[in-house]
Amino acid sequence: MTELSLHVLDVVENSIHAGATLIEITICAKVKNDVLMITITDNGCGMTNDVLEHVTDPFFTTRKTRKVGLGIPFFRYAALSCGGHFSITSHPGAGTKVEADFSLSHIDRLPLGDITGTMYTLITCNTQTDFVYIYKIDDRTFTLDTRQVKEILGGIPLNTPEVLAYLKEYLTENKKIVDNGYIL
Amino acid sequence: MKSLEELKQIRERMLSQLGPRNESDAKIRVVVGMATCGIASGARPVLLALSDAVQKKGLNDVMVTQTGCIGLCQYEPIVEVLEAGKEKVTYVKMTPEKALEVVDRHLMRGQIVSEYTINQYIK
Repeated sequence: MTELSLHVLDVVENSIHAGATLIEITICAKVKNDVLMITITDNGCGMTNDVLEHVTDPFFTTRKTRKVGLGIPFFRYAALSCGGHFSITSHPGAGTKVEADFSLSHIDRLPLGDITGTMYTLITCNTQTDFVYIYKIDDRTFTLDTRQVKEILGGIPLNTPEVLAYLKEYLTENKKIVDNGYIL
Repeated sequence: MKSLEELKQIRERMLSQLGPRNESDAKIRVVVGMATCGIASGARPVLLALSDAVQKKGLNDVMVTQTGCIGLCQYEPIVEVLEAGKEKVTYVKMTPEKALEVVDRHLMRGQIVSEYTINQYIK
């Protein structure tokens, strides 16, 4: 993976497969503290401690198509290799929380990359799932809650072309304002 | 700054048009493999290129969506085109450029872009 936003896309797929109806994705950078935090919280089926112990093992997966599961191990490695931390907590029936933090200035930290592309892909390909997306740098914050969007739209599907175009612009423009010239 | 206000206007506009389309109206489903293998080999830009092109060309009967690992990781990014009554077409080692060609030739004109299909790779 060449971007942290690709890891986000990958790890959130786990939440979707866990049957989550609400997924919260937070990207939070504190420049002064030299830290970038990525948090993914879902209300999916969760995991028992037994499963949880194995998820960082690349040779563990619940999938039948192949014998390896690299999503979580890759993401963990991306954090640990730049002086960051990684944690995953889960409760069966309640959901799972994945947290990773990164040293912003570390030479080996992957760039965040196209997080807008990741969010757009997730939101528009999983219209049954709700997303709360929080993008924060220092005291500038942008939040998108698809429940709010759906309420405004009434019965009009999220993947109507006009709505898709709006969402893409909405994500792009608001990110730019929060970035204020800073590239994560 | 773009606000949610504009969404309300979109809604009004849509409601004044004849019935918003349903997902079930889609005659063709274009599916991109989006597991770790797909994502790592570049599935996200492929999916974004496909959905952009389908929107721009107004292909209302095409739905672009994602799936998990198809089990052919070495051929990712993989794009499948599913159409009722026709055999599934599997495109492999896709790029955004190849994806646009598939939109033009396959989705718009109904001609399979055989040089990108999996049959070209496993002979």
